Amino acid sequence: MTADTALYIPPHKADDQEVVVELHNRFGAEAFSAQSTVTGMPVLWVQRARLIEILTFLRQMPKPYVMLYDLHGVDERLRTKRRGLPDADFTVFYHLISIERNSDVMLKVALSESDLSMPTVTGIWPNANWYEREVWDMFGIDFPGHPHLTRIMMPPTWEGHPLRKDFPARATEFDPYSLTLAKQQLEEEAARFRPEDWGMKRSGTNEDYMFLNLGPNHPSAHGAFRIILQLDGEEIVDCVPDIGYHHRGAEKMAERQSWHSYIPYTDRIDYLGGVMNNLPYVLSVEKLAGITVPDRVNVIRIMMSEFFRITSHLLFLGTYIQDVGAMTPVFFTFTDRQRAYTVIEAVTGFRLHPAWFRIGGVAHDLPRGWEKLVKDFIDWMPKRLDEYTKAALQNSILKGRTVGVAAYNTKEALEWGVTGPSLRATGLDFDLRKARPYSGYENFEFEVPLAHDGDAYDRCIVRVEEMRQSLKIIEQCMRNMPAGPYKADHPLTTPPPKERTLQHIETLITHFLQVSWGPVMPANESFQMIEATKGINSYYLTSDGGTMSYRTRIRTPSYPHLQQIPSVIKGSMVADLIAYLGSIDFVMADVDR
Amino acid sequence: MTWFTPEVIDSIIAVVKAIVVLLAVVVCGALLSFVERRLLGWWQDRYGPNRVGPFGMFQIAADMLKMFFKEDWNPPFVDRVIFTLAPVVAMSALLIAFSVIPVTQTWVVADLNIGLLFFFAMAGLSVYAVLFAGWSSNNKYALLGSLRASAQTVSYEVFLGLSLMGIVVQVGSFNMGDIVKYQADHLWFIIPQFFGFCTFFIAGVAVTHRHPFDQPEAEQELADGYHIEYAGMKWGMFFVGEYIGIILISALLVTLFFGGWHGPFDILPQLSFMWFALKTAFFIMLFILLRASIPRPRYDQVMDFSWKFCLPLTLINLLVTAAVVLAAQ
Repeated sequence: MTADTALYIPPHKADDQEVVVELHNRFGAEAFSAQSTVTGMPVLWVQRARLIEILTFLRQMPKPYVMLYDLHGVDERLRTKRRGLPDADFTVFYHLISIERNSDVMLKVALSESDLSMPTVTGIWPNANWYEREVWDMFGIDFPGHPHLTRIMMPPTWEGHPLRKDFPARATEFDPYSLTLAKQQLEEEAARFRPEDWGMKRSGTNEDYMFLNLGPNHPSAHGAFRIILQLDGEEIVDCVPDIGYHHRGAEKMAERQSWHSYIPYTDRIDYLGGVMNNLPYVLSVEKLAGITVPDRVNVIRIMMSEFFRITSHLLFLGTYIQDVGAMTPVFFTFTDRQRAYTVIEAVTGFRLHPAWFRIGGVAHDLPRGWEKLVKDFIDWMPKRLDEYTKAALQNSILKGRTVGVAAYNTKEALEWGVTGPSLRATGLDFDLRKARPYSGYENFEFEVPLAHDGDAYDRCIVRVEEMRQSLKIIEQCMRNMPAGPYKADHPLTTPPPKERTLQHIETLITHFLQVSWGPVMPANESFQMIEATKGINSYYLTSDGGTMSYRTRIRTPSYPHLQQIPSVIKGSMVADLIAYLGSIDFVMADVDR
Repeated sequence: MTWFTPEVIDSIIAVVKAIVVLLAVVVCGALLSFVERRLLGWWQDRYGPNRVGPFGMFQIAADMLKMFFKEDWNPPFVDRVIFTLAPVVAMSALLIAFSVIPVTQTWVVADLNIGLLFFFAMAGLSVYAVLFAGWSSNNKYALLGSLRASAQTVSYEVFLGLSLMGIVVQVGSFNMGDIVKYQADHLWFIIPQFFGFCTFFIAGVAVTHRHPFDQPEAEQELADGYHIEYAGMKWGMFFVGEYIGIILISALLVTLFFGGWHGPFDILPQLSFMWFALKTAFFIMLFILLRASIPRPRYDQVMDFSWKFCLPLTLINLLVTAAVVLAAQ
């Protein structure tokens, strides 16, 4: 699959049963037990012993499941409403995507507490590596055969597995923290890089290698990201990305926040994405609750999301150009972001993290005069984008630094789980807003910008074009904003509707409980992916029929993008790595959650 | 007062002149940090330092005070002697080179016959600052930075010298004063030696490690490279040294290619110092504008550009100049 063979992407098939039939034909129906969910894809439980052959089949069948989209675990021990499901203390799930079918499938494996081990699938999808490390880190599930099963999010000295249900979620459940000198030295020693651990040699036949520790504090690391480089002169022989310095346990927090009060946490996952982070979460919760939102809500949500796509891409553009050494454009892109924030602030009341979407709607209606603000912005932006293209992106030094640097093709991109603009820069026309429209994107006219070389330059060009398309979408929102309520009329929306509360005591009590405890979501599993600023972002929610989520899995795009780095950058120079890091457009909050 | 002979008076005047030049260059170097920040701010749609004093002019005083009172700290793992020597070399090498620049017809600290060669020698020495700093810091980023610096200096010093040989061939002297006089009599060298000017300017930027040839300190890659371990006054000396380099190269460009203290078409010859200062200020601005406007090429691209483009160009320039001079005789 290369950029030249244009790939036909059929319309999205929700709950695609074809693959289930194929699997039944191949392995027999008794090998699978289906689970009914509202995730929009078939969820099949399989035996651990048969997992590898089934996954290999899915990977190699006609129209294969090329991407391991997600792999993680669930601690099932406290789950009460799981009738009809295989007995399990822990579950490991595999979420696969087929581009050619445009459909997904999820496989689940049940594990008992006494035997927590799973075969590794790193041989089938290389990007399983980090996911399996994270499952080990968070749940203590072993993956025999894994090339390097160590902690990834937590420090190497950590004890316990945080996402287990018996691991405390509150800081007050621990002894007060103190850092002694001895402890500090122990931690620092544990963080020391030993090349032998990673199968690296300290010297070649004629030279000694330099091991350069780039980050977690480095001007071009874009956050607390550490990457250890094995250098021969300035050439990168090999490298090891090290993440986890920005880990806040967002998935654990979700298990003790009400469905509503978790919304502000989602803002901070991709901290440049603002309300766009709310979108997959609220869409997913709305699926659980069975809420259909009014048109006005959809259009408002799309408009504000696209604003954040622009601000995120503007920050990308400025820092990207700065990473290749031009210091000026970043100040101009920040000026533009300020103009976008003028609109965002007027509408939502906040700037970076508005937490403005609500279950079943948005926090309030658009303010009077919003059209004028939006119009000012969409009149301002295009000429600035032209300027950036002319002044910076067509500069021959910038091209010399980025064209042909850190290039990968569509096949490699899919193998590593790359999504978003970085995937489209390789020529694959896979944009969820077109391929799997959500929240009403099917009603908008826009193009999906593509490039073909998949190098650091193309990744930037695609994003600049995306900003123009976002402006187009915003303009359509502005011209066609439907009238109507900004909140669905449904008892599970948050905050709950108050109009009828003062009429009789029953509704008053319900309202009181909904506000104080939060709404109770029906027990089920739901899932929503969206085309976020940096790639595909999704929330996989498990409700056990409570006021809080039982398990919230946040799959973020930046995580696999960083995992891919060594395979792309080997043999390049240090300066290329910087240009490459700039072109990935990641934020560490999005990686570590 | 028999000892108060005219020779003594001359010497005293010479010493005073030298001190004035020295102080003026150092003060201008320090002031440049303010000028650069203001100019960058202006071009980048922001204010820059504008709080201290009128238009923020006293910012430099605040910065100096801060730097003087900072602890003069040496990291425990450095080689102290060389670590201390490096900023001294950084500041002094190019400062000394300034002594051969004729500010006006009568105002030159050291009117050397080999003025130009003296500058080359000092420019060659200045790389030791970076080398010493990178080596003694015992830091991998600093080491990479000084590796880059030495490779870059080797590449660019080759044609730094060659680019001016066309002028030497035409004038027949290494003396700066002679070169300026020759320009006054004939034509400013910017026209007959245009390619010499281009390559010398490029090499000059490289010698001062200014953007886009700031490979040794490339912030985005090496996080300030060779002076990563420096703080306080030692760091300040690198900083001022860089600005002195800018002033020196700008002054050289003016002296060698733009008629030194002469105005265009000999307008107002009595304002010779003003002409010199104005033209120098223009090139200083150019340095800053360069930094504000273009990205940084990759290190190997910088090397390629030096060996494959600049060096052949200077050689051709020298050959053609020599041929023309010979033909004219």
